[in-house]
Amino acid sequence: MQEIVMPLNNQGMALLCLLVPILPLLGFILNGLGNRKLAKGLVSMIGCGTVLASFLISIYLFLDFTANGSRAYMVDYYNWISAGDMQIGFSFMIDQLTLLMMLMVTGIGFFIHLYSAGYMSHDENFGKFFSFINLFMFSMLLLVMGSNYVMMFVGWEGVGLCSYLLIGFWNKNTNYNNAAKKAFVMNRIGDLGFLLGIFLIFITFGSVSYPQVFAEAARYTGGIDSTVMIAITLLLFVGAMGKSAQIPLFTWLPDAMAGPTPVSALIHAATMVTAGIYMVLRSNVLYVLAPTTLEVIAIVGVITAVVAATIGLAQNDIKKVLAYSTVSQLGYMFLALGVMAFSSSIFHVLTHAFFKALLFLGAGSVIHAMSNEQDIRNMGGLRKYLPITFVTFLIGTLAIAGIPPFAGFFSKDELLAHVWEHNKLLWGLGMLASFMTSFYMFRLVFLTFFGTFRGTESQKSHLHESPMSMTLPLIVLAILSTVGGFLGIPAVFGENMHVLQNYLAPIYGYAQVANAAAVAPLHIDHATEWMLMGMSVAVAVIAAIIAYVMYVSKRTVPVAEGTKLSPIHNLIYNKYYIDELYDTIIVRPIMWMSSAFHRILDVVVVDGIVNGFGKLVMQSGRSLRYAQSGVIGFYILVMVFSIVLILFLNFFIG
Amino acid sequence: MNQIPEVIRTIPLEYYLFFSTALFTIGVIGVLTRRNAIVIFMCIELMLNAVNLLLTALASYRADASAQVFVFFIMAVAAAEVCVGLAIIVMTYRNIRSTDVQLLNYLKW
Repeated sequence: MQEIVMPLNNQGMALLCLLVPILPLLGFILNGLGNRKLAKGLVSMIGCGTVLASFLISIYLFLDFTANGSRAYMVDYYNWISAGDMQIGFSFMIDQLTLLMMLMVTGIGFFIHLYSAGYMSHDENFGKFFSFINLFMFSMLLLVMGSNYVMMFVGWEGVGLCSYLLIGFWNKNTNYNNAAKKAFVMNRIGDLGFLLGIFLIFITFGSVSYPQVFAEAARYTGGIDSTVMIAITLLLFVGAMGKSAQIPLFTWLPDAMAGPTPVSALIHAATMVTAGIYMVLRSNVLYVLAPTTLEVIAIVGVITAVVAATIGLAQNDIKKVLAYSTVSQLGYMFLALGVMAFSSSIFHVLTHAFFKALLFLGAGSVIHAMSNEQDIRNMGGLRKYLPITFVTFLIGTLAIAGIPPFAGFFSKDELLAHVWEHNKLLWGLGMLASFMTSFYMFRLVFLTFFGTFRGTESQKSHLHESPMSMTLPLIVLAILSTVGGFLGIPAVFGENMHVLQNYLAPIYGYAQVANAAAVAPLHIDHATEWMLMGMSVAVAVIAAIIAYVMYVSKRTVPVAEGTKLSPIHNLIYNKYYIDELYDTIIVRPIMWMSSAFHRILDVVVVDGIVNGFGKLVMQSGRSLRYAQSGVIGFYILVMVFSIVLILFLNFFIG
Repeated sequence: MNQIPEVIRTIPLEYYLFFSTALFTIGVIGVLTRRNAIVIFMCIELMLNAVNLLLTALASYRADASAQVFVFFIMAVAAAEVCVGLAIIVMTYRNIRSTDVQLLNYLKW
């Protein structure tokens, strides 16, 4: 229970907290201004160094926080917006959740920066890349550290902007630019919901600052499931849907793979896309007041998990498979939120950040070695050429598939146990998604690293293990993916071993007051838990074996482009035609409408008025020029008559 | 010897009024009807002097000298104007061998 958020009166700590986001901002400014002027070594030093410094400060803050009794505090800098009743401060709130996110963002961010220094070394816009990715770190830290919804929104928009800039980083390719625009527009749809949610929060609670809103919500008298609560939480969830790529706003994430691979790892797998989960978790007190919304979230989450996993089964682009896997895993996290397994959700965010960043970086290493080839049909047998990449990628796969003792097993198992308690049907669908996850991930591994090489001769001669700066992050993330799960050891192995859950417990203090029944701890007997664990491992192993038989023993290779596929295969290969559907029902009507508006409103009405004024002036000029005859006598005559008229009017009328 | 204002007052004010109005009107009509620039110029002088006469008469009747100051101003300005105006007319004549204002219509559309 943590009712009071202590304001911090310590200048030194306040400065340290401020440095965490400001350092990457400094890196952004230096690298942005020095693009193509600074030496590449210096650019990567600035880029990585600032993030490393933020990471170290975050560790210090974390240690200080736990040493001082884990009491959440606010750091006020200045009054940012002041208008009537609305007072919005520029301030940070440091609590368990913030620190966890800060450590995750800066830690993984640092390793991905390090990786980028190797991966992007041949790019001419090296400085631009680092400045954008540093700006992303700044925005993301603002998002997680802000102490009110408005600051979160600023960070939210900032990461959206950086996502746009980095997806379209190679902006000479029109397809990449279109992918960037798609991501931006889809996120705007979500952002509108988020913004309306913030307005409604302000109207309802009279503040947007977390401590005030949550304290008000804990005292909320409208009861459970009141209309305004459902409205607020649903609107916030619309924002989360956009940012975290949930159905129906998920199609931008696979297209976002157009960006450089480190960007996919950092922004579109590990950090930015989990912002939606962070937001729901942060507002947990509001969500427990609206169980209906939570039901919606669970359903959306499970549908996303299943649909994205089925699409992942048939993709042949290494990054596309991982992208759909990310969408699917995000669906899992929302499913966990929906069944009020808040800690399990953030646990999965954390382990997912480890193994998905690892998988993306591994994929980047493969792409780097294959001279920018991304099609798994042209790979094969790479384990001999890329041993470190292979081992780390395999660890990532084992982790995501949920095979013990890797990280994904613990988080996914805990998550599914909560779902089992809540609803058996949702659990069944979750298991189905888990089965498919294991299958497509092992399919990816077998097609990429096993068998014989299927690429061209010139690609084969270039095959090489990546440099140290790229393999080091892989190794570190592989270690984290292996041991990360021990943060949350389930109760069957011993009581109170779940470090993460105990650590995060205080952030549900308000939720406990608001709706105690909602956040009751999970009580599930050990036999059931063993059974669930056994089933999820069995499902993962069976899927892996099927994949092994299909792609290693039988040496099946996905058919080439243009071959006739069975109807179901065709359907999932084409992603259920969702892009085409959106194109038909949304994009085209809007295009049609805008061209209609252009023809009617713009050309006829607006141009008509503007051109009409021009024509009027010209026409009257043409008529009036006859008055300027140049005959002086006429001018004087007119003058005399006018004076006489004025005099006349003056004397006899006025 | 009588004071000049008293001499002026020997004629009733109405006479001055009618006389200067008549002079002014003759000037206006002259400007409107004549085409020779010099004649038009003379008509303008006529109008100015009609005003001068009226001002002097009223100054005398009202025993107020301030109107006479205006008369001096008008005379000074008229002298300057004549200098410039006649110079323009001379230049015009040199250019078009005529002082007919109807010919000076280059500024029309």
